[in-house]
Formats: sequence, C-alpha cells, structure tokens
Amino acid sequence: MSNILKGKAWKFGDDISTDHIAPGRLFHLRSNLPELAKHVLEDADPDFASKMSSGDFVIGGNNFGLGSSREHAPTIIKLAGVSAVIAKSFARIFYRNAINVGLPVIILDTDKIDATDELELELENGILKNLSKNEEYNFPPLPRVMTQILSDGGLVEHIKKYGDFNI
Amino acid sequence: MPQTLAEKILSLASGKNLKAGQTAIVPLSLAYFQDGTGPLGLRQLEKLNIKKLANPEKSIFFIDHSAPSPRKELSNDHMFIRDFAKSTGAIVHDVGDGVCHQIAAESYVRPGDVVIGGDSHTCTGGAFAAFATGMGSTDVAIGMALGKTWFRVPETIKVELKGYIPRFVTSKDIILHLIGLIGADGATYKSLEFCGDFAEKLPMPERLTISNMAVEAGAKVGLFASDNKTKQYLAKYGRENDYKEISSDPDAYYEQVITIEVDKLTPVVACPHTVDNTKPVSQVKNIKIDQVFIGTCTNGRIEDLRYAACVFKDRKVKARTIITPASRDVFIQASKEGLIETILKAGATIMTPGCGACVGVHGGILGDDENCLATQNRNFQGRMGNPKGNIYLSSPIVAACSAITGVITDPDEFFGN
Repeated sequence: MSNILKGKAWKFGDDISTDHIAPGRLFHLRSNLPELAKHVLEDADPDFASKMSSGDFVIGGNNFGLGSSREHAPTIIKLAGVSAVIAKSFARIFYRNAINVGLPVIILDTDKIDATDELELELENGILKNLSKNEEYNFPPLPRVMTQILSDGGLVEHIKKYGDFNI
Repeated sequence: MPQTLAEKILSLASGKNLKAGQTAIVPLSLAYFQDGTGPLGLRQLEKLNIKKLANPEKSIFFIDHSAPSPRKELSNDHMFIRDFAKSTGAIVHDVGDGVCHQIAAESYVRPGDVVIGGDSHTCTGGAFAAFATGMGSTDVAIGMALGKTWFRVPETIKVELKGYIPRFVTSKDIILHLIGLIGADGATYKSLEFCGDFAEKLPMPERLTISNMAVEAGAKVGLFASDNKTKQYLAKYGRENDYKEISSDPDAYYEQVITIEVDKLTPVVACPHTVDNTKPVSQVKNIKIDQVFIGTCTNGRIEDLRYAACVFKDRKVKARTIITPASRDVFIQASKEGLIETILKAGATIMTPGCGACVGVHGGILGDDENCLATQNRNFQGRMGNPKGNIYLSSPIVAACSAITGVITDPDEFFGN
C-alpha cells in the first residue's frame, strides 16, 4: 500500500447499508467478486461504479456499513479501486471487515468535504488534505490491533506472516 | 471487580480477568458460516493453505440463504461448502434444515459459550448468556482454523424491562421500540444486557427475538442471564446438561441504563428504509400491503406460526402471504399441530425453512413500489431483492392481522373487545 493516496470525493449520506453496497439480489455473484465490484454501491448511486476512478474516496455520513456481516461489501469497495472510506461513524462489523481486507476506514466530520473535492490521504500521519479547499484534517489513529493488521495488508497476510494472531 | 455479563463470559472463556476496553484472544466454543459468507471464508483459508480446522465438531456450515438453490452459481457454492466440510469433518446443515441461528439455538449454543458466526444475526445466541456475535468471512474462517479470535471487551448498556405487557404486544415490539429510542447506531460496539422483572418472565423464544435484533442498534451482543427459562428450553431439545447459570454481578459498571416500562407499549411498526424509523401501529394503519412475510431468525418460530394460524383460522388472506418456518423442527411441530393446514386454507403459502425472502435472494422478491409487511429484522432499501420495494417490520400478530385485511392493522381493532 502506498503511503499517500490521492483521488476525488464521492459523497453518500447516513446509514449506507451493506445492502446498498452489495445487495442480496446479486447474491449469486459473491463467488465472482470482480463482477460484483461492477455493482458496488449501486443501490445508493447507480452511476458510482461506472464513473469513479481508481484512487477515489467514498465519503459517508453516520453509521456507514450498517447491516449484514458480508465481507463482500468492503472487499468490492477495495476491488473497485477506492483508496479509503471516510465517514462520521461506522457500523462495527463493516469496520473490522474493512481492516481485515486491507481497506482503510477513517473517522472524521465529513460535512467539511464536498462531492468532487480532490483529497490526499497520509494514512500513517493521520492527515487528510482537501486540495480543493486547501484544508487539512487530522484523524485519530486506529486501535493498535487494527493498525497492526492493516499494516500487514489485512488479516490473511497477518496470519501468513506470524502463523497466529500477533496482537 | 464486579462484572457485566459480557465481561464475565469473556473472562470465563479466556481464563483472564477482563474488563471493558481490554483486548483479548479468546477460545471459541462454536464457529459457523452460512452459504452466503462461507465460500469467501474458505477461499481465504485456501490462500493460507489451511486444510485443518481446530475443532471440526464445533465448526458448522448452514445452507440456508439460498436453499434450495435458485441459481447454478449458488449450487456451485453449496458444492464447494459440502466438499470442504467432508474433507475437514465440519458439520453441514443442508437444504431444508433451516435458518442457522434457529438451529444454533435448538442444537448448539450453551450458556457461557463464545460463538462467532459469518452472519450479523449470530447475536441471537445472546439469549442463552452466550457471547455470540457476527463477524466477516475472514475472521470466522481464521477463528475456525485456529479455534480462537480476538475481541475488544465491549462496554455495556443495561436495558431494564419492567412491568406487565399489554395484550397483542410482543418482544418484537419491545426491541423495535428500543431501536427507535436509541437509533440504529445507539449501541454501536456495545453489549446490550437485558434484565428486570419482565425480562425474567420472558420465555426463551421471545428472548431470542430480542437478542436477534441487538445488531440493529449496532450492538456487538444482546445478552440475557441464564435462568430456569434457559434450562427448560435446553431440556426441550434434550440438552439439559448444557445448562450453566451465568449472570452479571450486582455492582457491575454500566455505561448507560435504559428502563422500558412494557405496560406502556403498543405494537410497533418500523417503516422504510431503516429499522429505527419506528411508529406505533395506530399511526401507520391502513397503509396498503401487497405481501406479508412471516418467518426468519427473528420471528419464524413455532410460537410465531401459532399466532399466524390463530388469526388465519376460518379467514382468508387479502395480501399475498408467505410463511417460512425457521427450522425443520418448527415445520414438523407446525404440521403436527395442524397449523400448516390452517395457513394453507387461509390462502397463504409455505416456503422451505431458510432465509431466502428476507435476504432478497429468492422466494418473495418485491415488485416495484410494492409494500411488504415482514416479521424479519431489516427493512433496508433493496433488502428483499428490489431497491424500489418498501419494507415495514412488525410482530407476527400485526403481520397476520394485516394479511387478512390487506392493510396495516392494529390487532386491538382487528379483534375488538
């Protein structure tokens, strides 16, 4: 994972559920993740998958990722090329899944960010730069366990490296 | 140091004295997958070249979300699961056995257990005083492989249920009321601990409904202390030896205490598209309903089917009505009691035990702009297979009355005095 991530902001509202991200009607694509990724967030914004570029950011409101435990949700956000999800708050299972699959999730007040703002993320330093507004936001680091898993590249890589939980 | 139920169960399991905020690695009593989350987990194990499970007899695969399979892709996923289970000795509950959480309640979960499941409603097992929680595919797969996982011990919100419940009000209305009160993120990352004189009176099936929906307030677990009701339920399934008494300590620290006087409750309906968008049934009555769905891990138990049959007896449904027993056991019992005949004669239909309609895979997908009243736990946009459908959530009593009238109906008015 490169140290600086750069891209455009795509704004979403509060309570974006895993059904918005990876709906049940596409259940049969769960073993074909590249195909499922073409539909990512389709029920929240039907144009998102076709119009976003690799490196862009998903910006949520409160309780992003609520609902099911389906890890396919953060997995296809990452597969689509999204740099990170930034939201005011996250649902518990989505948050842990995102770290496990190596998708950065950042908590900050996203009211400051508008759609199409150009953003630059310095994950290790806890800094998000809004290049369009010439602003800089700080965010708290992840819990220690999660920093470790994310920096190893996700839980599978973590276990590959240590053969066990090393937290 | 006095402990909450969450602290106590995780301490007992790990052999460490844990308190909220600490992180610990905890041995697992049970780990399970359903057919929608299992294949991804198994592919993660393939990446790690893991071919053995720590405890195959405590590793279970439930084929319930697309059962029987409506598509070849899903049939292939099922084959992948069966092959893996065969090679590792893990247990499979195949097509027709029913919803994972219901079978877990009938056959596996014990007081004091630590359970992880690749399904968010794994928290259903909290009704047994088990630390049962939903996780993603990678976490569950690695939990199965290693026989343990890591947890952050959650802070606890105590929910006291007090008084006597009015007629036609059920535990579904209690949990919908709570979620409406605190919001869909009101308990994020927390443990909800249910207690109080009414909680003690609640039979296990109703506790299961409450624990099942803890995640709809964002909670990690929804716990009840184990007691005589737990013991009776286990005995019903020949598992009385699985009983263990587990309760929180009197002076445990709670981050927040919420008291619900159940006397004051009326039936509650959650309106589209979030579970916390709750209203008393009186405020939404007469909304036209195209489909009624009674089933799921929330409300597809024998007690729920009895409510439906009681309402349907000698009546005909106006709304298209789908009834899905939560498990094979529930289906057999309903059949013995004649409930199936009553339901069919009323014009409703019965589906194979499983999850299909609720999760939008098959067996009850909504048409554009159709309204559904369902006894499930979620009404998110697109949940029942169509982002243009509208889902209302209620108890089985409200759902059954509304099936007869074709509009959302207050049972008090339906039955009169």
